[in-house]
Amino acid sequence: MKRTLFTAALALAAFGAQAQTSLLNVSYDVARDFYKDYNPLFAAAWKAKTGETLELKQSHAGSTKQVRAVADGLEADVVTMNQATDIQFLADKGLVAGDWAKKFPNNASPYTSTMVFIVRKGNPKQIRNWPDLAKSGISVILPHPKNTGNGRYSYLAAWGWAQRQPGATEASAKGYVAALLRNAPLFASGGRDATTTFMQRRLGDVLLTFESEAELIAKEFGRGEFEVVYPSESILAEFPVALVDKTVDKRNTRKQAQAYLEYLWSPAGQENAAQNYLRPRDPVVLKKYAAQFPVIKTFTVDEVFGGWTKAATTHFKDGGSFDQLYVNK
Amino acid sequence: MSSKLSHNVLPGFRLSLGYAITYLSLLVLIPLGALIAKSTALSPADFWSVATNERALAAYRVTFGASLVAALINAVFGLIVAWVLVRYPFPGKRFVDALVDLPFALPTAVAGITLTTLYAGNGWLGQLIEPLGIKVAFTPMGIMVALTFVTLPFVVRTLQPVIEDIEPEVEEAAATLGASRAQTLWRVVLPQLFPAWLTGFALAFSRAVGEYGSVIFIAGNMPMVSEITPLLIISKLEQYDLVGATVLAVVMLVISFVLLLSINLLQWWAANRHSGRSPVEALAPGARVEGAGA
Amino acid sequence: MSGRIANTESRGVRWLLCGIAFIFLFLFLVLPLAAVFSEALAKGWGAYLEALKEPDTLKAAQLTILIAMAVLPLNIAFGVATAWAIAKFDFRGKSLLTTLIDLPFAVSPVVAGLLFILIFGAQGWFGPWLAARDIKIIFAVPGMVIATLFITVPYIARELIPLMQAQGREEEEAAVSLGASGFQMFWRVTLPNIKWGLLYGVILANARAMGEFGAVSVVSGHIRGETNTLPLHVEILYNEYNAIGAFAAASILALLALVTLVAKTFVEWRMRRETEVLLAALPPERNAGGATPRINGNQT
Repeated sequence: MKRTLFTAALALAAFGAQAQTSLLNVSYDVARDFYKDYNPLFAAAWKAKTGETLELKQSHAGSTKQVRAVADGLEADVVTMNQATDIQFLADKGLVAGDWAKKFPNNASPYTSTMVFIVRKGNPKQIRNWPDLAKSGISVILPHPKNTGNGRYSYLAAWGWAQRQPGATEASAKGYVAALLRNAPLFASGGRDATTTFMQRRLGDVLLTFESEAELIAKEFGRGEFEVVYPSESILAEFPVALVDKTVDKRNTRKQAQAYLEYLWSPAGQENAAQNYLRPRDPVVLKKYAAQFPVIKTFTVDEVFGGWTKAATTHFKDGGSFDQLYVNK
Repeated sequence: MSSKLSHNVLPGFRLSLGYAITYLSLLVLIPLGALIAKSTALSPADFWSVATNERALAAYRVTFGASLVAALINAVFGLIVAWVLVRYPFPGKRFVDALVDLPFALPTAVAGITLTTLYAGNGWLGQLIEPLGIKVAFTPMGIMVALTFVTLPFVVRTLQPVIEDIEPEVEEAAATLGASRAQTLWRVVLPQLFPAWLTGFALAFSRAVGEYGSVIFIAGNMPMVSEITPLLIISKLEQYDLVGATVLAVVMLVISFVLLLSINLLQWWAANRHSGRSPVEALAPGARVEGAGA
Repeated sequence: MSGRIANTESRGVRWLLCGIAFIFLFLFLVLPLAAVFSEALAKGWGAYLEALKEPDTLKAAQLTILIAMAVLPLNIAFGVATAWAIAKFDFRGKSLLTTLIDLPFAVSPVVAGLLFILIFGAQGWFGPWLAARDIKIIFAVPGMVIATLFITVPYIARELIPLMQAQGREEEEAAVSLGASGFQMFWRVTLPNIKWGLLYGVILANARAMGEFGAVSVVSGHIRGETNTLPLHVEILYNEYNAIGAFAAASILALLALVTLVAKTFVEWRMRRETEVLLAALPPERNAGGATPRINGNQT
């Protein structure tokens, strides 16, 4: 079904490739499945509403890299990313409105996810919550905390949990994260690489990853090999979107681009998120898919770290908390 | 410059050199100039502190050390492979010959993923060597393995045409003059191969230093232990620190340039030392064989 | 061959060298190649062929070949001209020039892409000028060609320089003194002498141009079906948990490298036939001694 829709969209795109309006959505790497399904939905809805046929182009790679490309001249009409720092960078460069987070509901993030644990079938090491990851003899697989989006979310999730414990201090949070990272035998080069290391190379007792990624793992490796463990609380991963003002004004596509992003909050857009195992914002849709989204307490980057910019400076910039764990030990 | 040129009757010097320099300037020198210009946005003191940061120093050690080992491995085995491929007949030779280019054609990320899978504890090779206590995947050893793979074609492919070009007469002459096979190889064949061999080594080494795609999968990427410099550059770009990234890039560029220049000077020195005498003269002074050397 | 004087190694040494070479190649080439195909075929031939038929994969393959075709002629011209100047003439700064040719090797591919962003990017030297005229270089095919050119600059030149040095300049000097024009000399003397080196250089440059990931990735823009080359597409498929698709696409690249085998065999065959015809036409006394054309170059 999805396949035919996709082919139909391709055929449509090929049919009217001449002077028709097109939109370029520059996005992070694992979002392709989501937008592959979403684009035909929106194209059909837009055609029904306005009669205009839109060609929707997708570009996917690492989030930060994509945003740098947009700043360096890649003509994106819209950007759909996995952390706010990336869009803020474009805002600082003047390509995106300074108040981009207010332009759409929910911090301009149409869906969310959270960090969960993947353990081996039967949970042989009895890993239930964050403290278990720092115990000796446990091996934790995660992507590079400084260089990858997944890694940064993993790091902040662990730090955030530790900092929210009763009587926690900055030193105790740092101590906890240091203990956790001591259990990491390697830093994978990306989310996918971490998964391969854990699932195929059978390294480690627990993998830190996005809830939505667990479904991709099942797709590739089958469901019989692993279990998902939800910790007592975790970080709320938001996936912000924005119009690139500079491009839409130049290409005269503001109307279409705005509608493209707004439609993400429509029931159809929200259903599509849920079907891709991303938590919809719409409570009605969330309720409908409640079985696949267990209730979990989450905290946001803003609440615990005072926003992404501050989190990046404190933890990931050169000499930040991550570097301090390794240098001058 | 001109004194030597006047003896040279061959045409096309100005044209070929002019073309080479223009092409290189447009494609290589101006872009590298842009890189250096960008890095000077920092004051010299800041530049120095970024360039000699503790983690950067550790990364230089890992990068240049692993590259050196990989280039040496290739220098030794590449020579043998090139010799075998040119001189010995064996079934399937064409296939093996074509295979040598594989490391270039395979995207580096695929090479990295594949090598990691091979050498991981449950991989085809990892299963065999981990019980012996040798860990390759996710250690600096893994970096060497990846770099050896990625740079494998250089030594083989630089040596092959030169070996094919050695005139059998020279070796025969040496043998006629009473040299043993080992002496002929050592005194006649190897000196002829030396410049190309050194070139292959230098190319493998410098290519290894910059390699990123394959290494990050197998290295483990632990700060201070198995972090390569290109990873630090990416790390800075991930923090939107473009200038910091160019600083590390410039440092690597300068080190590589100096190393390459020394190797090239050494190679010219070696070539000139041998060009004065024919290879056979080197073996048996006074003997002169027509058609060999100038 | 054994009837001749000792111009080859003893049987034992030959076996030893072959053994070492085969073990080395097995570990570093055959096993990885086998692993690529084993991953690509993990779910059977059906899934493999299905993955190859994906339109984006086909588009990516087309673009990869297009870029290689654009890059090779420029690099051949550069390689031959540069090697000619360096190997046949003496001039000051020769080592420096050789080193400059090597520099692209020493530049990490991630940085190589960045260089062209610094020049052509929106905030780069020519960025505003290009943007005002709506000329797209970066994040479009021209930028990808330029980045690939940069990466492959040294290959052909570096392959030819040691070879042309080893050959000296007597043959060309003889041709010129016999009254050959520059073009004739190049075509009749130089080119036949350097053909193997040139061929190896082209094969290497081609393989590298097709396989390049890092530099191209920075300047590509990653638009599906538009600016994705095969290596970029492989990475995206892998990151999307489509391992079969990724390794299937990688196997095409491996096969493209093997295609050069066919090319090389063909060139060898042509060359041998030409020299045989030539030799047959020569009177017997000129067909001996040090002036023998190098037809034995690739004894098999």
